[in-house]
Amino acid sequence: MSTMEIPLSPALPQQAKGESRFLRFAREFAASHIAVFGLAMLAVVIVVALAAPWIAPQNPYDLGKLDLLDARLPPGEKAGSGNMTYLLGTDGQGRDMLSAIMYGLRVSLMVGVASGAIALTLGAALGVLAAYLGGRFEQVLMRIVDIQLGFPAILVALILLAVLGKGVDKIIIALVTVQWAYYARTARSAALVERNKDYIEAARGLGLSARRIVLRHLLPNSLPPLIVVATVQVAHAIALEATLSFLGLGLPATEPSLGLLIANGYEYMLSGKYWISVYPGVALLATILAINLVGDQLRDVLNPRLAR
Amino acid sequence: MAPLLDVTNLVTEFATRDGLLRAVDGVSLSVARGEVLGLVGESGSGKSVTGFSILGLVDPPGRIASGSVVFDGQELIGLPENRLRQLRGRRIAMVFQDPMMTLNPVLSIETQMVEAVLAHQNASKAAARERALEMLGRVGIASPASRLAQYPHQFSGGMRQRVAIAIALINRPDLVIADEPTTALDVTVQGQILFEMQKLVRESGSALIWITHDLAVIAGLADRVAVMYAGRIVEQGAAAEVLELPAHPYTRGLLDSVPANNATSRRLKQIPGMTPSLLRLAPGCAFRERCERAAERCIDMPELKLHGARHVRCHFPLVSA
Amino acid sequence: MTVYILRRLAQTLLVLFVTALLVFFGLFLVGDPVEILVNPVADETERARASAALGLDKPIYEQFFIFLKNAITGNLGTSFVFGRSALEVIIERMPATLELAFLAMVIAVSLGVPLGIYAGLRPDSIAAKAIMAASILGFSLPTFWVGLLLILVFAVQLGWLPSTGRGPTVDVFGLQLSIVHWEGLKYALLPAINLALFKLSLIIRLARAQTREQVLLDYVKFARAKGLSKARVIGVHLLKNILIPLVTVIGLELGSVIAFAVVTETIFAWPGMGKLVIDSIFQLDRPVVVAYLLIVVFMFILINLAVDLLYSALDPRVRLAEAK
Repeated sequence: MSTMEIPLSPALPQQAKGESRFLRFAREFAASHIAVFGLAMLAVVIVVALAAPWIAPQNPYDLGKLDLLDARLPPGEKAGSGNMTYLLGTDGQGRDMLSAIMYGLRVSLMVGVASGAIALTLGAALGVLAAYLGGRFEQVLMRIVDIQLGFPAILVALILLAVLGKGVDKIIIALVTVQWAYYARTARSAALVERNKDYIEAARGLGLSARRIVLRHLLPNSLPPLIVVATVQVAHAIALEATLSFLGLGLPATEPSLGLLIANGYEYMLSGKYWISVYPGVALLATILAINLVGDQLRDVLNPRLAR
Repeated sequence: MAPLLDVTNLVTEFATRDGLLRAVDGVSLSVARGEVLGLVGESGSGKSVTGFSILGLVDPPGRIASGSVVFDGQELIGLPENRLRQLRGRRIAMVFQDPMMTLNPVLSIETQMVEAVLAHQNASKAAARERALEMLGRVGIASPASRLAQYPHQFSGGMRQRVAIAIALINRPDLVIADEPTTALDVTVQGQILFEMQKLVRESGSALIWITHDLAVIAGLADRVAVMYAGRIVEQGAAAEVLELPAHPYTRGLLDSVPANNATSRRLKQIPGMTPSLLRLAPGCAFRERCERAAERCIDMPELKLHGARHVRCHFPLVSA
Repeated sequence: MTVYILRRLAQTLLVLFVTALLVFFGLFLVGDPVEILVNPVADETERARASAALGLDKPIYEQFFIFLKNAITGNLGTSFVFGRSALEVIIERMPATLELAFLAMVIAVSLGVPLGIYAGLRPDSIAAKAIMAASILGFSLPTFWVGLLLILVFAVQLGWLPSTGRGPTVDVFGLQLSIVHWEGLKYALLPAINLALFKLSLIIRLARAQTREQVLLDYVKFARAKGLSKARVIGVHLLKNILIPLVTVIGLELGSVIAFAVVTETIFAWPGMGKLVIDSIFQLDRPVVVAYLLIVVFMFILINLAVDLLYSALDPRVRLAEAK
């Protein structure tokens, strides 16, 4: 609030006649070149991850196809058998790094997105419910959320995995446990704002069922901030999973994510064979960066308070 | 005797998403030493921006595009920032509208008053504190010593504004610009503050520009009045004259709509229409579309002309010269 | 004010109690405590002895009290690997982790706050845009990977700094610290920078957001109208308002940094609590893991308390409200 009479200029861009909400959203999003770049990068990552089994030069997990003699070759070398070029070199077992990275992307993305989706559903449901029901339920839930959020994610995940052991399902459980509270808190705040609006009172007075109110009104209005939180959280989940895999917890060697690939290359670093650790890291960085760039712009665009 | 402040053709623009907006469009006014000038206008008329422009406090996307502001013989526009800083708070001071937001909530009153003194004088902290105590007493704050150690949120709105006024006057400025200082306060407090300001200003001999949208407020206070509309001065002259017998239709409209001037249980007179958006000003007189005296001639922008003892910007002034 | 502190202390004790409860019953949930807390290679007689010592033949609530009593007296079990009290082993490693965390936070704050404020004051300048771009990058870089890169570049290729391990320590008030002299600092620099990177980006973004918000407020304009120097307006008026939310975040991040040291210590072979707990997890030295958990939770609670107190001290509005 300023005493200065800032001259009247609309904070939100005008909507062109007949432009749908989605188009306007797309236009605002595209206003940032960096965000568009991020989106493009993300698209590439997703396509590569999805298509890996078909476009990778080699299936790095088919042990029959590997040639130990080709191990630790620098980028650009040809295979001993001459039928392929290892564009990014090979690792300690003779695996083509490029293929390993593609498959690794697949695993990393899958785990990150799956855990994010589950955490989102769980957290949002609890959060919106808390906002709607209020009272003890809300109080207790928010207390739990606060306590949970007071602990660093890595610690919680570490302890959980130490207890649960290795496995894809176990790491997803750990990641969901670490994330749900953010979604719950965001969903509750957004739903609270909506719940306190008059039309909800009216709807209740009219006897509309709780389910209808929650699903039709509270939930949709919580979505924009949830989407923003989701992008940040998925990026974190991917990074966390990579970290845990690097440490040797979580994903077993049969489902190697990028984190495990980097860990495999650790021992070779001091002797100068950098490619085994560095390139998977670049792929990981690209993925996380892309998500963050997109998420940043999403946050700016979806925030009604920012006068741009 | 040269005026203390002489503003000539001041133009301040803002670059907005929808174009260049002229908040202040060729404003000229002057204030003599010890004089009280009332600057009246609706919100959006550019009166606050005029005040900020004088002090050089217009921030991007706004800027002073052209014109001159001469203070005590010195041109302020184009003056380097450190020179302007020496003037601010020392020779020209400002009081803002909302005292809750103008005082820093996390610093004590003492800190905020003492720093105002120390920024301009080579005094000791103790001496500055003494001065602060003195000023708090003069603006009517009881037990100033204990109040000094307190924080803004511990004061009521009226008291906070008194503190802001104390800060403004602490270095005995020649000119005080008060931007709607009573608008955010309760009606009863408004009267008190008004009275205090008047007294203080007369006592210290400071000149005062009182910016407001409320004619009633400046009626007893101002020596001269300038009325602003859509970024321009439309009438300027001695308070008594302008308020008794306004020459510009807008001033007339403002006066007529003051509740006290309306007979009871009759409909309040209003100026028809709405304040124009400064981005979409029609050519010619800005008041044209709301004026009942408007004619063909009003398509041409009227100049601010001398009309008897005052200046009016109208082709058909209400009062003859 | 004292009432406030007492109240917070009471809350702290409550949280500690609840945590102990959770850990204790968690142990039961996961499996047989004898299995967990007794050396896997122990034979029958040892197991029986341990069982009796842990009081596993008694009813559960009695066991819990035994657990609590043990915990308070510092007996959190014996490490299988080291053969000594688990608590002792952890406390031995604490200074190493704490000095690393401290150094990392110092780097992050002393660089992050000024950079963030600058980016907030001049958001359209090239420098500000570069800072923000760098911060997104810093945010997105996987910490462990950066650690590897740092070793690769600075230790292997350039040979400027040692790649792993902790430097020689110096006795400071009974604590063995290494960062107080250059010989030790050399070893700590790379891991500390690694740890600091993520926090640095976070602090830059936060400081920038706060600055942008605050600089629009009236008190800034009023301060300028008083003729105060720019240095004072930014360094006193603005800074104090920004610091208040910032301090809360920094405090909480300190806890996070201590936890994340687990990764950095592993990469740089830094002999702190973090590396210990990872090794212990793999070596199934569970008493150490349990002890680590309790200690770290305790530290967090202390940090939270300190942050709350600091917040009250900084923000007069809160301080005086609490005093009522």
